[in-house]
Amino acid sequence: MRRYFGRKFLIYGLTFLLAVTIDWLIPRFMPGDPIANMLSRAALNADAAQVLYTYYTHAFRLDLPIWQQYLNFWNALFHGDLGISTYLFPTPVVRVLLRAVPYDIALLLPAILLSWLAGNRFGAFAARTKWLDNTVLPLGYILTATPYMWLGILLAWVLGIVLGLFPIAGAYSFDLSPHLSWRFLSDVVWHWFLPFASLFLVQFGGWAIGMRNMIIYELEADYSHYLEALGSPRRLVRNYAFRNALLPQLSGLALQLGVIVAGALVTEVVFSYPGIGYLLLSAIQNQDYFLVQGCFLFIIIGVLVANFAIDIVYVLVDPRTRKGMTGEKA
Amino acid sequence: MKTAKGSEFLFFALRNPKLRVGLTVVLFFLGLSLIGPLLTHNAPFDYVNPAGADPPSSEYWFGTTTFGQDVFAQFVEGLRATFLVGWIGGGLGTLIGVIVGFTAGYRGGLVDEALNMLTNIVLVIPTLAVLLIITAYLEVRGVLIESIFIGLTAWPWTARAIRAQTFSLRSREFVDLARLSGMKSSKIVFTEIAPNMMSYLLLAFILQFGGATLIAATLDFIGLGPTTGISLGLMMNNAVLWGALYLGMWWWFVPPGLAITTIVGALYVTNVGLDEVFNPKLREM
Repeated sequence: MRRYFGRKFLIYGLTFLLAVTIDWLIPRFMPGDPIANMLSRAALNADAAQVLYTYYTHAFRLDLPIWQQYLNFWNALFHGDLGISTYLFPTPVVRVLLRAVPYDIALLLPAILLSWLAGNRFGAFAARTKWLDNTVLPLGYILTATPYMWLGILLAWVLGIVLGLFPIAGAYSFDLSPHLSWRFLSDVVWHWFLPFASLFLVQFGGWAIGMRNMIIYELEADYSHYLEALGSPRRLVRNYAFRNALLPQLSGLALQLGVIVAGALVTEVVFSYPGIGYLLLSAIQNQDYFLVQGCFLFIIIGVLVANFAIDIVYVLVDPRTRKGMTGEKA
Repeated sequence: MKTAKGSEFLFFALRNPKLRVGLTVVLFFLGLSLIGPLLTHNAPFDYVNPAGADPPSSEYWFGTTTFGQDVFAQFVEGLRATFLVGWIGGGLGTLIGVIVGFTAGYRGGLVDEALNMLTNIVLVIPTLAVLLIITAYLEVRGVLIESIFIGLTAWPWTARAIRAQTFSLRSREFVDLARLSGMKSSKIVFTEIAPNMMSYLLLAFILQFGGATLIAATLDFIGLGPTTGISLGLMMNNAVLWGALYLGMWWWFVPPGLAITTIVGALYVTNVGLDEVFNPKLREM
């Protein structure tokens, strides 16, 4: 188990190192000069622009040697300093991000957990049940192939505009300000429902199909045949198959995290839901480089934390990892 | 022997309903993308309808946009972009995944440790976030560049799967025999191991193809897709941007999303069908 976590931590550490490096590299080595861009919008005469250019280059410490810039970036990072947002000037990037994070947690955590649980249960139930397999699973394939934003658009159009049941933009009504009351909370839940539903449905399809295919493998395994030969009830055999099939589904969840994050990003854009995804898009459109870097960093940290949580669950669920019989998950 | 095996494959392939349905749908859309532009005399960006937005009619099959552009013309052009991204992005992703996976699995030892570490790291990083910031800093983007970037970030899970598969094949007797007879490593990989993995490679490519088109649609939808040309994701982006939702112009945003869903869904179904053909254990009883 020690070896298992040691390996995991090494990978997460290296991932973080690489991610921060990418985060630092991209604005510096991409075509286009952010300062020149910023100044070109101000329409100054050449001399003034030159002075300002040197001033800003110095102010953002872009005149230091590259390695020094890189170390400074890490140093600032460990002090929780991600710079100041130019788009929401003069709010520090960290504060802007912390304001958005609760919405992401409220949206993603229930969507991921519920769809995983419900999808697995349903998939296991549908496997080898002829009529369910033939009617509901095609639906699963359709759901998992649906681009997140398109399902979001459809839900917004049908339930939001045609039927007028749900609001389709923002996290709460414009005439309310955040405070603790039933009216506000119900308003928040009401706005939360459609983005949640689009995230839930697409993932649900994927898990149901994954579990269905996995169960079919397990039911063909020797231990299942053996149990059947002993005359065990169908329920018991299925229970064993289900528990064995859950493990790959759990690693599958870790693998899917990146895709889910991407889905959440566009879903937030469709519903103008003020999480990190929506923020990242506004930051890109407004060329707010510090905010872009900050969003990227927060997404990476979130994914790493989630991966780590899944690792812990894996150890709890799989006795082999606990006893150190396998060093690594399949 | 070889022909017998081939005809057995065909026998099960033609009788597998999933494979038949999936393949038919994909081929239908592929055909539509190829001949579609010939069915309309309108260019995708031309303002052809002076009345502006109109629902589908015999003149404009999929209606027109707010600006009077022909949605059908954009749709078939967008289909081409989708297939291009699938072929190139999915192909590149599979190729890199296969090379990394083969090398790691066959060589083992330190090479494997290093490659496996790299795979795991890239696997954890949410690739869309990386793609987002890369494309955000690129001024001019085409479908080709987009596909290449997608391929460069999509390979890790294929590499992982191929590595595991190579591992299990490498220790079989027939590979040992080839090694004892003094065959070169590269020859062993290509003549002994690869043929046993062809079915696996095909399945991996199909999944990469579907994945690449979905990622492309996502990127395009947030406005970071190609700046030149049209794609299905870009159509949805335009539709939402110009208030098609509020104006009830469903013909603008339903076809592109429906096409992506149908193509990717059909690919997944084809994949399962092929899996059943290759693996007798999975066939329906």
